[in-house]
Amino acid sequence: MSNLAVLPIVIPLIAGVLAALFHKKLKVVRIYSQVLTLINTAVVTYILFYVHQNGSVVLESGDWMAPFGIVLVADMLSVALVLTTNIVAIACVFYAPKSLDEKQEEFYFYTFYFLLITGVSGAFITGDLFNLFVFFEVLLMASYGLIVLGGGKVQLRESIKYVLINLFSSMLFVTTIAFLYSVVGTVNMAQIAERVGEVEQTGILTTIAIMLFFVFGTKAALFPLYYWLPRPYIAPNPVISALFGALLTKVGVYSLIRVFSLIFVHERDVTHEFFVWIAALTLIFGAIGALSTNNIKLVVAYNIIPAVGFMLLGIGVYNSTGFTGAIYYLINDMIIKAALFLLVGAIAYLAGTSDLRKMRGLIHHYPLLGWLFFISAFVLAGIPPFSGFIGKLILLQGAMEANHIVVAIIGLASSLLILLSVIRIFIRGFWGEKDESIIPDKKAARGFALPVAFLLFFSVLLGVGAEWFYPSIEGIGEYLMNPQNYIESVLKE
Amino acid sequence: MEIIMSILAGVLFTTGVYNLLQKQMLRIIIGTALISHGAHLFILTMGELKRGAPPILEDGIENYADPLPQALILTSIVISFGVTSLLLVLAYRASKENGTDNMDKLRGSEND
Repeated sequence: MSNLAVLPIVIPLIAGVLAALFHKKLKVVRIYSQVLTLINTAVVTYILFYVHQNGSVVLESGDWMAPFGIVLVADMLSVALVLTTNIVAIACVFYAPKSLDEKQEEFYFYTFYFLLITGVSGAFITGDLFNLFVFFEVLLMASYGLIVLGGGKVQLRESIKYVLINLFSSMLFVTTIAFLYSVVGTVNMAQIAERVGEVEQTGILTTIAIMLFFVFGTKAALFPLYYWLPRPYIAPNPVISALFGALLTKVGVYSLIRVFSLIFVHERDVTHEFFVWIAALTLIFGAIGALSTNNIKLVVAYNIIPAVGFMLLGIGVYNSTGFTGAIYYLINDMIIKAALFLLVGAIAYLAGTSDLRKMRGLIHHYPLLGWLFFISAFVLAGIPPFSGFIGKLILLQGAMEANHIVVAIIGLASSLLILLSVIRIFIRGFWGEKDESIIPDKKAARGFALPVAFLLFFSVLLGVGAEWFYPSIEGIGEYLMNPQNYIESVLKE
Repeated sequence: MEIIMSILAGVLFTTGVYNLLQKQMLRIIIGTALISHGAHLFILTMGELKRGAPPILEDGIENYADPLPQALILTSIVISFGVTSLLLVLAYRASKENGTDNMDKLRGSEND
């Protein structure tokens, strides 16, 4: 049964390779990709159920004992995130044929898409630091392929910046792993955690922890390392932006959660205290960025940044409430960011512009899209019946428990700014006089609305049905507070 | 020996970062190549140097060099090789499309 852990990586990998063989037969490759995404989701759902019943699944690849071989660890946290990834993937793969033009689809979109899912799932499941680096590169390589797909002027220009910053942070990651290897003599996360605990995290280990924070902070777009994010994210097609916005930065956040709940937990005055203030600055600057522009795609791209700030706050306060909130918010945010990117992509396509000043009265033509956008704006800002509220509530509760009242207030204030930034799109884009020059394209609008409605269904379910999900997520929060659980499940002394 | 190698890796990092901050696209790519050389040299150094024979099992040899960093470097080399080749093609296409290889001029409004 331990082979279950490798399935979420292997299925999309094989699917991606096979999709390259008939990339020109669009009708076949579309249905093939949709079916395989659904199969993969079903498998992951089963794994989540299995892990929920029987505890984490640890796969020692090639039957090598834990610290010597590569281990794959499917615990509740990683499987829940892989399932969320797949839910986002379903919406994107059904949205793709409507959004991409045929040339883009023919040139290996589905291969890159499956490889991206492979990289993300692998990064969530791996239990080895160098293997994490390799999966980071798998997902980054796929994302390089996706970001230039189409090869427009802007895309080429922005992708160079994107590739450069990621190449630099990857090399920093490798250097940091080399440092860590020379100090503790292993790259297996459980064994690193054990050994760091034995020496009580001496000065050099704290330095390495901060270096790792910079690496993952660059991937996750934290203040002051977020400057590369907004423009490259809006350059490609909306469906690709949605995949990026929902998955890529969240892998950085997951790595931060893993590393700073498992390995570097002994000098919290230096590391975790520092995170709380970085989180506060990320919240402020991200929210201001979202208000600063009239480009609706850029508004959503900037909104990624404060969301990451919220999750970092949950890690920084270091109590089980904080972790529970961070994970609840992480799952909610993956879904809602995908939904928002798909929605603004649809709006920009239907209105013929992404400039807010040039659009008005869209609700007369597209009422369904308008109300979907209204709901997702509320989810993003955290209005009570929806899932954003519960995540933020638990997070701020955790911040209060740790006596970080100022940061909690900053969090609340930035939520207000976030609401303002997205509701501005609704008020100025959807309200107002009917624009007679637009010839409504109802069929396209319905095609765009369905995947978004699918995502919002999960988002609303997470909020309204919080009672069903909360106990498991709270369990993850408590599990993260006791790194011993993870170490024992991997090393099995 | 480790100290000399660390200084060398440091020099590679420094020159790499200096080149990254230049305006010409090709110089930036050379900078990334230098940085990855520095990183790879660094892994080798951190696994301790001069420990013994090459890691190939033979009779009568007691000490071997640490094989793990070598495997890590090999992995990292092919990855950065792939990224660098992609980056070169990307730079070629971008400078053709935009008519310049000066990074200062590669900006513009969001609507073009």
